[in-house]
Amino acid sequence: MKPFISLLLAGAVTHTAHAAEAMDHSMHGSMPGMDMSGMDHGAMDHDMSAGSTPLPTASQSRTPIRPVTEADRLAAFPPLHSGHESHDQGLNHYLLVDRLEWQHLDAGSALAWDVDGWIGGDVDRLWLRSEGERVDGQTDKAELQTLWGHALSPWWDVMLGVRQDFKPGPAHTWAALGVQGTPLYGLETEATAYLGERRQSALRLKAEYDLLLTNRWILQPLAEANIYGKNDEAREVGSGLSNTELGLRLRYQVRPEFAPYVGLTWNKSHGNTPAEDDDAEARLVLGVRAWF
Amino acid sequence: MASRRTFVKSLAAGTVLGGLGLWRQPAWAELGATQPAMLSGTDFDLVIGQTPVNFTGTPRSAITINGSLPGPLLRWREGDTVTLRVNNRLSEVTSLHWHGILLPANMDGVPGMSFDGIEPDGQYTYRFTVQQHGTYWYHSHSGMQEQAGLYAPLVIDPREPEPFAYEREHVLLLSDWTDENPNRLMSTLKKQADYYNGHKRTLGDFIDDVGRDGWRATFSERLSWAQMRMTPTDIADISGLTYTYLVNGHAPDSNWTGLFQPGERLRLRLINASAMTYFDLRIPGLQLTVVAADGQYVEPVVVDELRLAPAETYDVIVQPQHAEAYTVLAQAMDRSGYACATLATRHGLRAPIPPLDPRPQLSMADMGMDHGAMATTDHSQMAGMDHSAMAGMQGHPPTETDNPLVDMQTMQPSAKLDDPGLGLRDNGRRVLRYGDLRSRFADPDGREPSRTLEIHLTGHMEKFAWSFDGVPFSAAEPIRLTYAERVRIVLVNDTMMSHPIHLHGLWSDLEDEHGNFQVRKHTIDMPSGTKRSYRVTADALGRWAYHCHLLMHMSAGMMREVRVEEGQPT
Repeated sequence: MKPFISLLLAGAVTHTAHAAEAMDHSMHGSMPGMDMSGMDHGAMDHDMSAGSTPLPTASQSRTPIRPVTEADRLAAFPPLHSGHESHDQGLNHYLLVDRLEWQHLDAGSALAWDVDGWIGGDVDRLWLRSEGERVDGQTDKAELQTLWGHALSPWWDVMLGVRQDFKPGPAHTWAALGVQGTPLYGLETEATAYLGERRQSALRLKAEYDLLLTNRWILQPLAEANIYGKNDEAREVGSGLSNTELGLRLRYQVRPEFAPYVGLTWNKSHGNTPAEDDDAEARLVLGVRAWF
Repeated sequence: MASRRTFVKSLAAGTVLGGLGLWRQPAWAELGATQPAMLSGTDFDLVIGQTPVNFTGTPRSAITINGSLPGPLLRWREGDTVTLRVNNRLSEVTSLHWHGILLPANMDGVPGMSFDGIEPDGQYTYRFTVQQHGTYWYHSHSGMQEQAGLYAPLVIDPREPEPFAYEREHVLLLSDWTDENPNRLMSTLKKQADYYNGHKRTLGDFIDDVGRDGWRATFSERLSWAQMRMTPTDIADISGLTYTYLVNGHAPDSNWTGLFQPGERLRLRLINASAMTYFDLRIPGLQLTVVAADGQYVEPVVVDELRLAPAETYDVIVQPQHAEAYTVLAQAMDRSGYACATLATRHGLRAPIPPLDPRPQLSMADMGMDHGAMATTDHSQMAGMDHSAMAGMQGHPPTETDNPLVDMQTMQPSAKLDDPGLGLRDNGRRVLRYGDLRSRFADPDGREPSRTLEIHLTGHMEKFAWSFDGVPFSAAEPIRLTYAERVRIVLVNDTMMSHPIHLHGLWSDLEDEHGNFQVRKHTIDMPSGTKRSYRVTADALGRWAYHCHLLMHMSAGMMREVRVEEGQPT
């Protein structure tokens, strides 16, 4: 290895000597000949690092910059039919079936869903949210929200749109205004206010967190609360804090897109809201979480 | 010397085979090839098409050049005028970009800047005079074609003798292959940016950390990350979960082998042609003498290991003497996989493959965020801060302020030229650092830059949105330079990821910490928490792409046009 290094260093010396005079050559690592074996090693006490030894500052480039010709101009700016493609304004989409589950009730069983999806860019997105429940083959609750979401900051979106309740009771339309965001890594939150027909008002708060037991086993605590402005017997809600749901689901990610889970939920009616039979009882749930 | 210049007239055959859909490895990358074959001369016909491949046991279709992946090694000679007729047999527009090559703008191969691209069944003739020499590569600049296989090595022989000697050379081109549709990778990352991170921290890690560091320290550290909404295991956006890492188109088990005679000096031309992968390369048992970086001669420096950012090239000389076989190991930076090859005295030999290093994790210091709590937008927490600590605070462009697509701003970035890099510190090996790269030639311009452009690398991890100064490519005005001027570009990394930044058409002359010319490159790596500066002489008129060479980051907006125009006569 030693003769090899010497050769390299010899090259550097030769090169440094040439560097200032002819840039063309220096760029090519100019060396008059490969045979340096006879070189005096004592001559190599110079600073070998050409790069760290600044030469006097030049007023003109040491490598001549040639004047522009008409041919250069034509080559530099050819007529083009379109710009460079970029994905940064592209439309993307995401559909998360956060919960599609069978729930064990004292009186039979229920099928419940909670779906979230969006289509759009990085800042503005059209959101769809749907949740509902079927008990013994009858749709008990069902709603769909269509919202425009706009990113106000890296972690918070403002949401504006409509919510349509299909059940319970007669159909009911609401205007929706809310925020959703990520106050801490892994914690997803929503707060949405609704103003409905017949001056009904409502507020829904939701939060869920992904706790990684491993990279495949994930424990998801969830909390939701619904608050209403006034009693509405048709929909079985009372004013004030009406109902809450707490859930704890353990999923196994077969793939990131697909995870079956098992869990427990506690639904509870509060205040003026009439209690259901299975209130405040833990429900066993089995379901899948999937996204597309 | 003549023996390694084997001239192969394989073009016609390659075209036919490609057309018939037969899989053919380029001769220079073949298992049995002791003498690398290539296309050399001044006149080239290249055909871009679809070719069946099978790297994982599942048949897939790759986008190839002359039916091979990587495409044929092109061997040019400095000073020659080369003509390349590129034919498109795809059903979409394609292009070839000659990475790091000085040429007229309409030969640079960037659709929408240099030309309109090559239409299906169309042809484009590239013709230019080669003004440089060294190890380079070429690849598609259209859509996700580079991820689908459209890349190849490029070697330019110098006019003048080289300042080092060797008896034999091998090209080692590293790349990342996925069986997924590359367009799908992008849409997956847009849906869930951490999809390919299979090693996020878990409850078990938390318990371990509490045991080691105590509750207080662990909780505080977790809170810092939680407030940034980031995970320190986010090292690579796309990992070995989908990638198979290749050397010269060979997966690890197919063991590409480069031959040597004991005692010979081998020149290895290392090219990182991957779309998204940083590689840490070493050859246990051999020292690497680095003699060139990005095709430019550097003062020789002897190391055990080096990191190749995507698009970088290094030339190293090794001298295998004692063993019959050596493993070339190129670990992905996140340690989710590796590419490997063998240097051996004959085919069929293998040396042990060492275990992968532990997976690295980012720290707040890595990102220039020593005061983790300040990462949040809640500035009230700064009220009690010692003002002296504020002195070194990094300023930020106004376009980052209140920008929903800027998820962090570094506070105290530094050049980190003497940092071996994440996952390579104190590993018992001598690792090449950027500070070790010293040009063998003096600053070819010599002028002080007349002005400084500070550009910040920005993004939003969760949304997989990337930009410069918080402004994505399609919303940005070009950066305008005046012909013949000399400017200084200062890059500040405001993200947690590393970004290899490539300026087309013009050199990037990296400066040391004192602002002196250090080394000439075409791609400047910007690890998280760094602030690095380089000089650019605007000696080529035209519209030049300037972007992060992580393909998905570029596509997501981390790109600009640099427009070099003639100044107004005074």
